[in-house]
Amino acid sequence: MTELKRIGMEVSVAISEAVRQCDADVISAYPITPQTHVVEHLAEIAAQGHLDCEFIPVESEHSALSACIGSSAVGARTFTATASQGLALMVEIMYIASALRMPIVMAVANRALSAPINIWGDHSDAMLARDTGWIQYFVENGQEAYDMTLCSFRIAEDNRVMLPITLNFDGFTLSHVIEPLVLLTDEQVREFLPPFTPVYRLDPKNPVSMGPVGIPEIYTEAKKAHDEAILASRAVIDEVWADFGKRFGRRYQAVEHYRTEGAQTLLVGMGALTESMRGAIDSLRDKGKKVGLIRLRLFRPFPHEDLRKALGDAGTVIVFDRCLSTGGPGGPVASEIRSALYNLPKKPAIVSFIGALGGRDVRTSQFAELIERGEAIAASGSIPDYEMVGVRE
Amino acid sequence: MKRLPTWKEFPLGCVVTTPGSAVLFETGDWRSYYPKTDEDKCIACGVCWVFCPDNSRRKVPRKFKRPGAMYADYFDFNFKYCKGCGICSAECPSCAITMIEMDAK
Repeated sequence: MTELKRIGMEVSVAISEAVRQCDADVISAYPITPQTHVVEHLAEIAAQGHLDCEFIPVESEHSALSACIGSSAVGARTFTATASQGLALMVEIMYIASALRMPIVMAVANRALSAPINIWGDHSDAMLARDTGWIQYFVENGQEAYDMTLCSFRIAEDNRVMLPITLNFDGFTLSHVIEPLVLLTDEQVREFLPPFTPVYRLDPKNPVSMGPVGIPEIYTEAKKAHDEAILASRAVIDEVWADFGKRFGRRYQAVEHYRTEGAQTLLVGMGALTESMRGAIDSLRDKGKKVGLIRLRLFRPFPHEDLRKALGDAGTVIVFDRCLSTGGPGGPVASEIRSALYNLPKKPAIVSFIGALGGRDVRTSQFAELIERGEAIAASGSIPDYEMVGVRE
Repeated sequence: MKRLPTWKEFPLGCVVTTPGSAVLFETGDWRSYYPKTDEDKCIACGVCWVFCPDNSRRKVPRKFKRPGAMYADYFDFNFKYCKGCGICSAECPSCAITMIEMDAK
């Protein structure tokens, strides 16, 4: 085996490259900032004949995902990508894709939602699609974005899963950044990823109907079956990530621990900002503070049990969300963590911070300040439902 | 009453694997109005048969009595499926079909 070299590559291009290596059959997408480079590069790869696929340019994201359902239904390996308003336009079809059990893989370059119009990064778009019944994860860096694209097809198309996946990678912070990456060879990918064999496919020789009506006597059981399927997908997700780690040495878990030994305060984050959070943990650990980071990679199915284990013994849990549930209970991740921990007999104080909205930077030093501020709020005994950080008063 | 399937018994994605099985779904009990044809006005044109969304208008091989009728067939209703939507009545070019409230008969 040849030694794999680290190369410099833009993260969006790396995702496209992974899709080529996975030999996708159909790609249908509509360009939108900051996802554009993914689709642009795939269009180029297809036009140059490096990937034998149908590239379907459409007039909207609604049509893009509809085309993807059609192609997945005939048994084609299907990929799409979007962001922000594009994802919002897809949401109607997202529920259908997951309920029909179409293993579509979608990369989402996370971006804020209008208004005011804003093309920069946060997690509002992903949270809009939270309940669509798709497997959802958030990556931290370019290497992970590339690796997760490869894993996504294998997880989604596994006949025990058969669910679509959104791979969330932060707009600009990841999508437009050139990072040092280790790519696999096409042969390694072929060995890792078996061909897609659907459970049912649209085939005139063996006709089936997909998407029939579900009357009140049927609908609840259909939802239950979908819920059980996404919960059961967790075992396959773990299995595929473990196999990826065994083969290629990069190991992924649903919930990741960073310097959590003996930590009294745990910061929880998701997506690219956890890299800056690591820096904050390092600087506070250097000062002798017992702090650690819990990084949430898998968001759906939500890893309740892992989080109870990871957070249950901490004194204070500080959750940083890149999304505001306007008029709601706080950051979406924070409120789900509160739910996960609520029934524990002994539970930590939970402080919800919301920030880094619409592309506003939060620096490493600011995360260190936030951790100290969160500890002070917890110690005061008067914890607000949530606090938006960095707001000019 | 027929036992309904549990959630574990659903095929993946609720796919229907038996072609034409929609005939097993009898929609006739949705009906609150029923169509009634005035045979003196009916010209047996078949428009009701074409427009019926549930194929509950059917051709019956019966000699149509009115001279000048377009078809030799006559069209009647299959009340196993007729939902009483009234499309036949709205489309009928000779206003031969009246919708009558179920309780009013």
